[in-house]
Amino acid sequence: MSGARGSGTALLLFPAILFVALLFVYPFGYGLFTSLTGADGGFTLGNYARFFSTPREVRTIWTTLGIALPVTLLAVGLAVPLAYHMRRGIAGERIISFFLIVPVTLGTVLVSEGMLSFMGPNGWLNQLLMALGLVSKPVQFTHNYAGVAISVGLQGFPYAFLMLLGYVSGIDPDLEKASQMLGATKWQTFWKILFPLMVPGIAIAFCLNFVMAFSVYPSAVLLGQPSGPQRVIALAAYQMAFEKFNFNAASAIAMIMAAIELLVIAAVLAWRNGMYRGASIVGKG
Amino acid sequence: MIAVSIERRLPRILFAAVIAGYIAIVLGIILTVVLNSVSKGWYSGVLPRTFTAEWYKYAAADHDIGTLIAVTFVVALADVLVGLLIAFPAAYALARSEFRGKAFLLSLFLLPMIVPPMAYGIPLAMLCYKLRLAGKVAGTVIVNLVPIVPFMILVLMPFIEQVGTNLESAAKMLGAGRATIFRKVLIPLTAPGILTAGILSLVKSISMFDLTYLIAGGRNQTIVVALFSDAYAAGARPPQSVDALAVVYFLISMTCLCISLRTVSPTQMVFKLK
Repeated sequence: MSGARGSGTALLLFPAILFVALLFVYPFGYGLFTSLTGADGGFTLGNYARFFSTPREVRTIWTTLGIALPVTLLAVGLAVPLAYHMRRGIAGERIISFFLIVPVTLGTVLVSEGMLSFMGPNGWLNQLLMALGLVSKPVQFTHNYAGVAISVGLQGFPYAFLMLLGYVSGIDPDLEKASQMLGATKWQTFWKILFPLMVPGIAIAFCLNFVMAFSVYPSAVLLGQPSGPQRVIALAAYQMAFEKFNFNAASAIAMIMAAIELLVIAAVLAWRNGMYRGASIVGKG
Repeated sequence: MIAVSIERRLPRILFAAVIAGYIAIVLGIILTVVLNSVSKGWYSGVLPRTFTAEWYKYAAADHDIGTLIAVTFVVALADVLVGLLIAFPAAYALARSEFRGKAFLLSLFLLPMIVPPMAYGIPLAMLCYKLRLAGKVAGTVIVNLVPIVPFMILVLMPFIEQVGTNLESAAKMLGAGRATIFRKVLIPLTAPGILTAGILSLVKSISMFDLTYLIAGGRNQTIVVALFSDAYAAGARPPQSVDALAVVYFLISMTCLCISLRTVSPTQMVFKLK
């Protein structure tokens, strides 16, 4: 009987296992293998060595981290208090959530394309800033760091916010009441009770946001200076593969991207594990 | 007294300011694109003075918009259907049975969500070029399954967990086979979950860019990839015609979003946290 059950489970899992093996594990392994192969087909570390000895390539790591880390921190940092504020629902919640999900749905290409006009020198934003007398000449929001960062942030913030909103509203409200009944101020309740309970959610929101920001490609190309200061690592990998047709070197860059990303995620998870972890802190609700 | 009330209102004011600012920027971006696409010579001033439909004609002559839309929908729908066929049985097995290596399997299924698409996309694209799948609709469908299936498994699992096992046991006792139970008991009971997963994935796959961009070419590209290529080669055509294509894309994805919001809530659009 248990054998029959076991084989049934295996049968149900089979398509998904086949899928992940063929479309994810195999390509990834193939990429790793290719990255360790030279032009002559032999084993080499040269693709990695060449990347790390070319300053223009190494710089893409810092360029990408320089966009992804601050923007993710800011997006999550803004999302935490806002999600906390909205945890019991507020007036206009539906309409607010709608406007937050719109940029996520549109995707980065349309947002970046639209930002070029909206935040351009003659765009509405600069017209408004000048009309308010805040600036005397148009601020440059496009074709620089600010443009890429704003575009990545516009995409990341709703993600972080909606993720955390779902998480915070699952925290048992009695905990908050108990804390207040015992004489804690709102501030103490937030820092000592709610924030530690939110840490696992914050960690995952940070990781997923970072993944999106770290693979930034369209915004950097459309809103940055893709051949100069905003040459991000995804662009370096793309150019190596589809402009220079050096798939060995391109795979090496792809592997470096994945490694950096997993390092950051590991650091975030270590931070989470360092914080208080209680049992069943989030009620099933 | 006054100080206290300001302190109480401060969070609300901050909240309203951030949200209002965010909404204003989003609306500003969308309205600029729409106005740009229907106007001429809007280089200064709050609103354009001359309106025209010529950019839409230009974009229509420039691209085969019908094909772009058709490819976009064929890819999205195929991904949803194939994705469900793979994800539903897996989600069922993961939600129902305990077995050795389950935690490992679950993390393996979710891994594609935390690895950047470019990192596995480049080797995947290389394979597609080797297998001559690149530039074909089938290739685009296959690569986009990679982020869709894990997402579907995540969405489906809680829905399946909610359905009690006793109905299945009752059906089994009455002599129903596995296939009958799936078809007559499980599928109808988990229909809301299937619908949610399907709709969310449809909306997602319409805007999926990275993987499609790596392998789509020629006539078989989706509208978002065509939009990026146009915006990238900005000098080659009037910018307003790029905006016209952007409006077409905007209308498609907004229609899908509005339809989907009748069944799902915005918080479900993002990665669901337990």
